[in-house]
Amino acid sequence: MQSSLSGEAAIVGVSAAEVGWDTSYSVAEIMALATRRALDDAGLTIRDVDGVFAVTPYFWMSSVTLAEQLGIQPRYTDSTNLGGCSFVSHLGHALGAIATGRCEVAVIAYGSTQRSDGGKLVTGADNLPYEIPYGFQHPISAYALAAQRHMHEFGTTREQLAKVTVTASQWAALNPSALKPEPVTIEDVCKSPLVSDPLRKLDCCLITNGGGAVVVTTKERARKLKKKPVYVLGAGESHSHRYGAAMQSYTTTAAVASGRDAYEMAGLGPKDIDVVQIYDAFTINVIIGLEDLGFCKKGEGGALVDRGIGPGSKAPVNTSGGGLRYCHPGMFGIYLIIEAVQQLRKEAAARQVPDARRALVHGIGGVLSGHATAILGV
Amino acid sequence: MEETPTRPLPDTRGAGKQYWASGQTGKLSLPKCQACGKAHWYPRLYCPHCSADKFEWITCSGKGVIHTFTVVRQSGHKYFKTKVPYVLAMVALEEGPLLMTNIIDCDIDTVAIDAPVTVVFDTLGDNVSVPLFKLVAGGK
Repeated sequence: MQSSLSGEAAIVGVSAAEVGWDTSYSVAEIMALATRRALDDAGLTIRDVDGVFAVTPYFWMSSVTLAEQLGIQPRYTDSTNLGGCSFVSHLGHALGAIATGRCEVAVIAYGSTQRSDGGKLVTGADNLPYEIPYGFQHPISAYALAAQRHMHEFGTTREQLAKVTVTASQWAALNPSALKPEPVTIEDVCKSPLVSDPLRKLDCCLITNGGGAVVVTTKERARKLKKKPVYVLGAGESHSHRYGAAMQSYTTTAAVASGRDAYEMAGLGPKDIDVVQIYDAFTINVIIGLEDLGFCKKGEGGALVDRGIGPGSKAPVNTSGGGLRYCHPGMFGIYLIIEAVQQLRKEAAARQVPDARRALVHGIGGVLSGHATAILGV
Repeated sequence: MEETPTRPLPDTRGAGKQYWASGQTGKLSLPKCQACGKAHWYPRLYCPHCSADKFEWITCSGKGVIHTFTVVRQSGHKYFKTKVPYVLAMVALEEGPLLMTNIIDCDIDTVAIDAPVTVVFDTLGDNVSVPLFKLVAGGK
């Protein structure tokens, strides 16, 4: 049964900013720039904003930094950090805040100059003492441990992992903003250098700059604005561990819990979803995510990828090209929402999924640690 | 002369103090919950299975099997970059818990999930011995 919260808030504006290899802006400015453009997209101004949600590894108090850049004093603020999925989590938080009258116009923003900074993530590598003596590489080691176990338990193949990148490249070819639009073959992935077995270079996301923002408001106000409202129908979040060494399962994640809550709130199930965005920091994420979110049985994610998740398929996944081929400025969650909104508004041009009415967005943060799911609809 | 980099020391404060020290006797020791009866790794104040707070310390057999592993090929760390490629693994101990470790002194091509392994220790100081594991010869 649908929850009374379902659809009480809608996304009314989205924008990316400074997605690329170089930038002349600071991190805080990139967040502000994305916010201003998302507000323009909605037909709102900075002065309409009374709720600020942001996280970036660059700032101790990200939403506070963003509000200062915007010159506003909000009445609701949230810098919750669950890793790269935070923005999907913020969307659920914004839904609650808006539905209970704590704020009316919320912005959720991100910014990063990771590429210009030489590829270093500012933080995120606060290893557990029990990982320190063993050379755990944050974050890839955890994803490699998961991929290896998944291949052993379920027979997931090296080629199926590669197919995730190949498919991402097919979507990226249709996205004029994608930073790696060139085609990739299974052989390219399988012959790229090993980084942490079984994961190879082309199993890993890009390292770029970029920011992004989305604007959320009440369903009533949404109907008076420029663009077709995209309603937040369901939201869920959870986490099962923080550190790679503390995972109790290397093949099943807290996406099961976040997905269940999001579906329940929306009164919908996997069969009702037309387009899916799953945070693809590494290829294995998509396979595990499709399973844990109920698009196939546990262990059959590789086979689902084989059947096709690309352009023209029945199960279109990561239509922007994802973190693997569109961009990846350290935390990708904001772009999952932006892409889902563009699909539901029919603004996705060459990569448009026909008749997309409901989208599922799933963010993954840390080392398969944080999970946040949102279901959006028009 | 440049100092040879050594295996990085963990912060041994807290619930794991006894764990890190236990290897000095050549034995692996873990907390076992008095409420639910399950052992856990890494040592915590509250049982990750049932949240109870009373434990007895048990001496483990030091034997287990590889639950999953990765071969680390690249590292920027001053010590680990001298060790690549090396095996980072989760070992399923006979007592139940999964433990992070390195599989050492092995041909990395022979490392496999379910392979039996046994503990050895790298003593880094007076109260710190780091458990490492070796493949059991002819184990599988």
